[in-house]
Amino acid sequence: MDVILFLVFAIIAVVCAINVVVQTHPISSAVSLVGVMASLAVLYLLLGAEFLAAAQVIVYAGAIMVLFVFVIMLLNAGAEAKKGRSFTAQLLGLPLLVAFLGLMAYFVQRLFPQSTMVHFGGFRGGGAAEIGHALFTTFLLPFEVTSILILVAILGAIVLARKEMD
Amino acid sequence: MHPVTTVHYLALSAALLLIGTVGVLTRRSIVIILMSIELILNAVNINLVAFSRQAHAVHGQIFAIFVIVDAVAEAAVGLGILIALFRNKETVLADEIDLLKW
Repeated sequence: MDVILFLVFAIIAVVCAINVVVQTHPISSAVSLVGVMASLAVLYLLLGAEFLAAAQVIVYAGAIMVLFVFVIMLLNAGAEAKKGRSFTAQLLGLPLLVAFLGLMAYFVQRLFPQSTMVHFGGFRGGGAAEIGHALFTTFLLPFEVTSILILVAILGAIVLARKEMD
Repeated sequence: MHPVTTVHYLALSAALLLIGTVGVLTRRSIVIILMSIELILNAVNINLVAFSRQAHAVHGQIFAIFVIVDAVAEAAVGLGILIALFRNKETVLADEIDLLKW
């Protein structure tokens, strides 16, 4: 059961991610990115991170993607024309990528031979209560610094996007 | 059937990281480049949650929340820069914005 769920949603995530990069129209890429976020939320649930799965759907699939789609509509960004790439890059790119991924997976496998098995429901430390407790005791200072980061980001976005007035 | 281990999640994360890197390097539209950066940040999040699961501790998930906050800030500022650029140059293609090139 765990294996099937992991395989199905991992394959959906990878296919949607490839679709994000391959599609020429930005709206198609944005919809594919929503698919990636949703399947990753299911994988977080399998890992026992319930709060994070909810935050992934609300923040990524909800807020960030709406922001992206809004900007795409605002700028009226159409399909992007393909530009000729060098023949060597087209020929070698994909095999080299697959080889690099295989090497990475091989070395990770060698480094973590005794990695634990992941069963659904085997770890129940990712609920809102545990996250909240850790966030407001151990990680209180980083949490407060994060609020300053968000304030700076809001100010930056407003300053960048407003019209020049002189 | 082979059981799912942490290594499988790490392999998925590596795949998403590579796809995101290809998107950043090969696409011309800045909107899609920003989406590829979101993909890369999500790959990091999978790693953090998988190791949090392996260590039976909640700390990795806290870091993943901070990464999500970072992604939100990055998207907001990046799209703000994109709107300011579009107002001045009337384009969203990265290779046509060459003000600093000489």
